[in-house]
Amino acid sequence: MKFTVDWLKNHLDTKFNNNQIIDKLTNIGLEVESFESSTSELDTFIVAKIINAKTHPNADRLKLCDIDIGSDKTIEVVCGAPNAKNGLLTVYAPPGSIIPKNQMKLSVSKIRGVTSYGMLCSESELLLSNESDGIIELKNNKYVNKIGEKYFKNTSEKVIDLSITPNRPDCLGVRGIARDLSAAGAGKLKINKKSNLKYRGNQNINVTIKKEKAQGCTIFGSCLIKGVTNKESPKWLKDKIKSLGQKPISAIVDITNYVMFDLNRPLHAYDADKIDNEIIVRSSSKGESFEALDNKKYILENDMCVISDRSGVLGLGGIIGGTRSGTEYSTKNILLESAYFLPRSIRKTSKQLNINTDAKFRFERGIDPLSIEEGLIKASELIKQICGGEISNLDVKKIENYKKTIINFDPFLFEKTTGFDVENKELIKILEKLGFDVSKNKKILKLVVPSWRPDITQSIDIVEEIVRIKGYEHINTSEPIKTRLKPTLNYYQKLFHFLQRSVASKGYLETVTWSFTDSKINQLFKENDQEIPIVNPISSDLNVLRNSIFPNLLFYLKKNLDRGFKDISLFEIGPAFKGKNPGDQLTMIGAVRAGKVSRLSWNDKERIVDTFDVKKDVIQSLCEAGIDKDDIVIDDKTPSYYHPGKSGGVYQNKNEKNALAYFGEIHPNIIKKLDIKTESLVIFEICLDYIKESKQKIKDLKSEYKFSDFQKSERDFAFIINKNFKSQELVNIIKSVDNKLIKSVRVFDVFEGENIPDGKKSIAVNVTIQSEEKTLNENDLENINKLIISSIESKSGAKIRS
Amino acid sequence: MSDIKKIKDNYIDKLNTENNIEKVNNIKSELFGKNGIISNEFKKLGSISVEERKKLASDLNNIKDELQNKISTKIQEIETKEINLKLEKEKIDVTLPERNIEIGKIHPVSQVIDEISSIFSEIGFSVEEGPDVENEYNNFTALNTPDNHPARDMHDTFYLDNNKELLLRTHTSPVQVRTMLKGKPPFKIIAPGRTYRSDSDQTHAPMFHQVEGLHIDKNINMGHLKGCLNYFIKEFFEVDKIKMRFRPSHFPFTEPSAEVDIGYEIKNGKIVIGEGNKWLEILGCGMVHPNVLKNVNVNPSKYQGYAFGIGIDRLGMLKYGINDLRAFFETDYRWLSHFGFDPLDVPSNYRGLSR
Repeated sequence: MKFTVDWLKNHLDTKFNNNQIIDKLTNIGLEVESFESSTSELDTFIVAKIINAKTHPNADRLKLCDIDIGSDKTIEVVCGAPNAKNGLLTVYAPPGSIIPKNQMKLSVSKIRGVTSYGMLCSESELLLSNESDGIIELKNNKYVNKIGEKYFKNTSEKVIDLSITPNRPDCLGVRGIARDLSAAGAGKLKINKKSNLKYRGNQNINVTIKKEKAQGCTIFGSCLIKGVTNKESPKWLKDKIKSLGQKPISAIVDITNYVMFDLNRPLHAYDADKIDNEIIVRSSSKGESFEALDNKKYILENDMCVISDRSGVLGLGGIIGGTRSGTEYSTKNILLESAYFLPRSIRKTSKQLNINTDAKFRFERGIDPLSIEEGLIKASELIKQICGGEISNLDVKKIENYKKTIINFDPFLFEKTTGFDVENKELIKILEKLGFDVSKNKKILKLVVPSWRPDITQSIDIVEEIVRIKGYEHINTSEPIKTRLKPTLNYYQKLFHFLQRSVASKGYLETVTWSFTDSKINQLFKENDQEIPIVNPISSDLNVLRNSIFPNLLFYLKKNLDRGFKDISLFEIGPAFKGKNPGDQLTMIGAVRAGKVSRLSWNDKERIVDTFDVKKDVIQSLCEAGIDKDDIVIDDKTPSYYHPGKSGGVYQNKNEKNALAYFGEIHPNIIKKLDIKTESLVIFEICLDYIKESKQKIKDLKSEYKFSDFQKSERDFAFIINKNFKSQELVNIIKSVDNKLIKSVRVFDVFEGENIPDGKKSIAVNVTIQSEEKTLNENDLENINKLIISSIESKSGAKIRS
Repeated sequence: MSDIKKIKDNYIDKLNTENNIEKVNNIKSELFGKNGIISNEFKKLGSISVEERKKLASDLNNIKDELQNKISTKIQEIETKEINLKLEKEKIDVTLPERNIEIGKIHPVSQVIDEISSIFSEIGFSVEEGPDVENEYNNFTALNTPDNHPARDMHDTFYLDNNKELLLRTHTSPVQVRTMLKGKPPFKIIAPGRTYRSDSDQTHAPMFHQVEGLHIDKNINMGHLKGCLNYFIKEFFEVDKIKMRFRPSHFPFTEPSAEVDIGYEIKNGKIVIGEGNKWLEILGCGMVHPNVLKNVNVNPSKYQGYAFGIGIDRLGMLKYGINDLRAFFETDYRWLSHFGFDPLDVPSNYRGLSR
């Protein structure tokens, strides 16, 4: 909402200066976006100096001028003026400028094969004089220090631009703003002058509001103004319209716009001679169409509120008028409309047709239904004053009477809500100045809500009015109440924070990427999940919710590889979506490592990152987060985007159905499809939701501290075993021989090939044996050794290597 | 006896010039081994008279001590020499680089969320979460923003179906609805998380982060709201004083509503929070609207309280001098390394919010 201080003072008697007004507006909830001179078309013309004027290579009468416009670089302009010469100070118009004389908009253009960026102006082009023989010659002493500055001083009055919240339609007019300011003590609201307008004759175009279920209009007021002379608006009116940032059109249109911004009362003027017999306000039928004042043709759906005559639709009520009945300079007789349209109907129609106008914006928020006559009178007076003519009696048709909103307000609610007290006297004064009708019934105030405040329906709205006008600075700052109702984080939230930092501590950079991704990449990772398209994506490559974290992670990994980074570890913790309903999401960690370990190290051997690097990272992170390593079970079934032979799933224990993590190499097909160029690419993922919450706190989990001081023994075994036999199983068999005595089993060598039969591998383990009761003698150890060998041989088909 | 002395002197001389540890050990066994010279002398003692034995034994013991001392000093001497020599040989250039350090980082958004959670934890708030996909009811209608409400235009919403029933939440406020629907008052929660609006330019990203706050109890008023936010802002920016301004505003789900500005100034090209005469809008808040309380089955005549919503990314940008919001989500390795935080740098009250 834009207006000038002068305009405000038409409605407000105030001693406040501009800054005080600005501050007050902010303090009562009318946020000031800016307070500056309105931009002018003349702002673009700047003082410039010709540095070098040389002859155009292809035209003797043209010159090629290097221009200093006060910036780092000079500008090249083609100029035909004979007086263009080195050192001349003149006026430069950059591309985009509108030349006052012919209203032409400048663009970058080629003149005889040389590009010209803007032009140098003559006095006649700027409407300063009739001098058109050459460009302006500015006096050196006056302008030499002003190169780059605006040539025309902007003398227009400063404009206040308010950002009005959607609950305050009344402040979409200057008078409403003045009323708010007056309530807040910034002056006195001026009383509207009584109109002494003389009416002649009746409004003899019949108006009917059809009683229909979907009728979007409840009141239609109008008057006829006969014998007008439409013309350009006088300067004061043009200035007002310009200060709104709009273009003056004609007196009649400008007046209706002016009244809309002045009183927040949208009006519409029809050329009465173009109306076919009568006005019918009705709901549209699907397929009806009309040409609107924005020069677009609209095809209507059912139940849109239209103003029509016998020939068809004239306009969309409260949204936009039509060209068929539009006023022109030749218009002689006007029908002026001032109506009430229902916000819901306006909003529905404008959304369906995607139209946004100042009138629509206002009706959608709620116009004062009691301002019908006021608007007609104010506009008629101005039209008569500027365009002449005779005004008919006002004709107001309604299908519904306005019902007052009454609120019984207990002033105690104010203190209860805000924490501070305002005396009843002051409270009543504020409400009265805002337009409330206040009467007292013991402690309760009976309030009649002003008709221009559709936002006020209940007591809490009254609290807001009072505290806003009184000032938020009166609210005390209480010490924070420290009472705690429950622990800050639950188990999974703690797990989130812990795993996040645990993974990062292994050398991964955390990233945050969009929750949406490119369906083309997503489908490589979505497995059996359904694709979840976004109906209105921000762009076609962010068109689905991600089913996995990897699509984005790999997309950005590639970008970083393309930037020249070789060894990259990245991870993200966040949602992966499994369905389109709320809650169909899992909290996942996705991590990628690319490149080498120890690249260009003087003492370590370079090697590519491999599956066992990420396996370590994932297992260590899980252990740090509290999962018992001894319970963890690994298997080799993984999603299809993993290398089928070089990846594994991690289970919290052997009975779990869902893998809580996967790790391994990414499938070579995916690397190829995404065109990722790296020496090696391994990934892991953890699903936090699949981690089982331990029922016990750590204080309960810590078992008794026991250790054995008896001597421990180590034995090495090597077995020849089927190639596909899993080392994990081998270790488990050994452990199960005697869970008490066998303290640990470590695989220290695996190989195939030389001396090993086809389809077999050699696997060597180191077993630590220790008793908690005694020192084991040779006999005991020998027994265990035999048991280990026989168990392995019988359960796995392995053979001990001799 | 003089023979022994001679032998002794002879060995002492030998030992004096000997530098080989093995040869010293050989001498040791020559003298004290099973059939060593000195050992044999002791054996002879049994065959002589008592008088002579006493004298001879005493002399022999002296000689034995002298020789043994000499041997052990010599061994020590040689060993020291050898160790010194070895150490000198083993000297390396310790200025050569260590093995690779792999430095991971925590994203600024995560760090700021942890900072925020830590601060609110101090004054008794717990953390709640809600899904990223919401239904229309929780995101709008329950929050007193019915379908025909113009306030909906301020939220450019991503939809997942053509009926506009399912959407990506445009703010964290639906967590208020979920929290209150599933529990009983009092409520005292914050809800940080991802939020989405179909808006994208230098200062807007289609995804960003908000933290919602909600405190509902019997007598929570606007003074408490002011106190809570004043405390939070001061703690977050780690300043002693903060200039703060509550401005009336409008949100459908709070009433009265306010926007909060903090004072700032630009010093040497950097923004300084808490001082100066410029205002920066940082959050929206207000008293939870009675209509919202009714929608979640809380009796507004018994319970009342405040709610607020803060842009997390923006807070992070202000605190850590980050200019471009879009860069938060572009995964540039350089940016992540530069603005990321050490994983061990966990914001906490006792250890300090930030280093």
